[in-house]
Amino acid sequence: MVALAGASFAGEIPQAERRSGYELMSRETRAMQDDDTANPGMLAVLEGGALWARKTGAGGRACADCHGDARAGMKGVAARYPAYDATLKRPVNLEQRIKLCRTERQQAPALAYESRELLALTAYVARQSRGLPIDVAIDARTQPFLDRGRAAFYRRQGQLNLACSQCHDDHWGRRLAGNTIPQAHPTGYPVYRLEWQSLGSLQRRLRNCLVGIRAEPYEYGAPEMVELELFLMWRARGMAIETPGVRP
Amino acid sequence: MANALINVPDRTRRGEVVEIKTLISHPMETGYRRSQLGARIPRDIIRLFVCTYNGTEVFRAELHPAITANPFFVFSTVATESGTLTFQWTGDNGFSVTETAAITVD
Amino acid sequence: MNRETSRREFLAGAAAGLGLGAVIAVTPAHATPPEMQDAIRRVVGSAPVTKGRVKLELPPLSENGNTVPLTVSVESAMTPADHVRAIHVFTELNPQPEVVTFRLGPRAGRARVSTRIRLANTQTVTAIGELSDGSFWSATAAVVVTLAACLEDA
Repeated sequence: MVALAGASFAGEIPQAERRSGYELMSRETRAMQDDDTANPGMLAVLEGGALWARKTGAGGRACADCHGDARAGMKGVAARYPAYDATLKRPVNLEQRIKLCRTERQQAPALAYESRELLALTAYVARQSRGLPIDVAIDARTQPFLDRGRAAFYRRQGQLNLACSQCHDDHWGRRLAGNTIPQAHPTGYPVYRLEWQSLGSLQRRLRNCLVGIRAEPYEYGAPEMVELELFLMWRARGMAIETPGVRP
Repeated sequence: MANALINVPDRTRRGEVVEIKTLISHPMETGYRRSQLGARIPRDIIRLFVCTYNGTEVFRAELHPAITANPFFVFSTVATESGTLTFQWTGDNGFSVTETAAITVD
Repeated sequence: MNRETSRREFLAGAAAGLGLGAVIAVTPAHATPPEMQDAIRRVVGSAPVTKGRVKLELPPLSENGNTVPLTVSVESAMTPADHVRAIHVFTELNPQPEVVTFRLGPRAGRARVSTRIRLANTQTVTAIGELSDGSFWSATAAVVVTLAACLEDA
């Protein structure tokens, strides 16, 4: 068991001290993630692979028809999201990008947030970036969104008047209700959370956090959620994607 | 729509003990949970998992709600001959899924 | 009989006391160790159960009671004359004592099975191995179960 020294002072975690939640898990949970033949998240990846090849929508097109083999076509994509969408003039996360493709390019019925299909496709796409470093583009267009996301991370909110940073920058490695507090890097999303006994998105997890501090959780797809996602991914820049991760 | 992940070694030698892993998606609703309004969520579980090897049963698991969602089993069987391993899961609400995997024995 | 309040019950009560509302789903009724003994008796009948030959591997501390990896093995040559017929797993404080029964036989080659179980509480898990000669053997393992932080409303 690694002895963990959580930061005892307020402030950003130094780059060299960043740790994925994977490193703070028990040996058994890590083993669950490491074995593709035993990782429950792989069920969703399998399903996503099938959906990738399935023709749908008015045009009868499959994702594969435009994007080809996902192993090549989607390599590195999840590591770059949330990414700026020039038409919408704001960043979109991977789920939103898939939803947009679905309705605009495939002319198929929309996939609901957190639906089984959307999670499966997102997991399948993100799986193609496994091992690759997170690398979201921050430039003049995305900077304002990053700033808002950062402000949200450091802002006290909710009935418990807690900021994300207070647990995840200042007290990572220490325990909350018997569980070790992670640094909160979104390296394994969509993640199989043991508490959910199913796969879920980063936004689902963020809603859990907000409920945990007794704050009103933002709706799925809300701009505030995407800004926070963008900040979290930027904060985790350089760390490897682990999708499908397993977490307690 | 359930899907399953099955892991069987591709090739093996006669007499070897091979390890088989199976994972199937299923919520395994215990029947003990209650909704926010207090209503009991009815039980919905897989009750039985059977593995047959060229028609002969080699492993069986009788499940109760204490088996985690997306039931996972690792078990072994002696490689006797080439053929087909059949995996069947059955449970509440008419749940029934059958998958097969080929086994090649030298 | 003396049964200490479960963690879930305590925290639910404390949370309610703080006016935070129910952050944890309503706990189910618990089985009790005597009920587990009854369940075991339904399987073994009047035959004695001897400690030994069975090995039960569970993490001593589980990060989440929803998914606890379990491996159970029984020393046996697994021949047609002498093999493990079945392995039964029980808990003492889950809503019901039975967890799973594995039916094996000489075709298994090895009496060793892994799965993932749910544990509603910190408790002791019991595995009973049933041999082809009709004898029963057992092992136990204690697991401390912790709760996840930051749950969601159901």
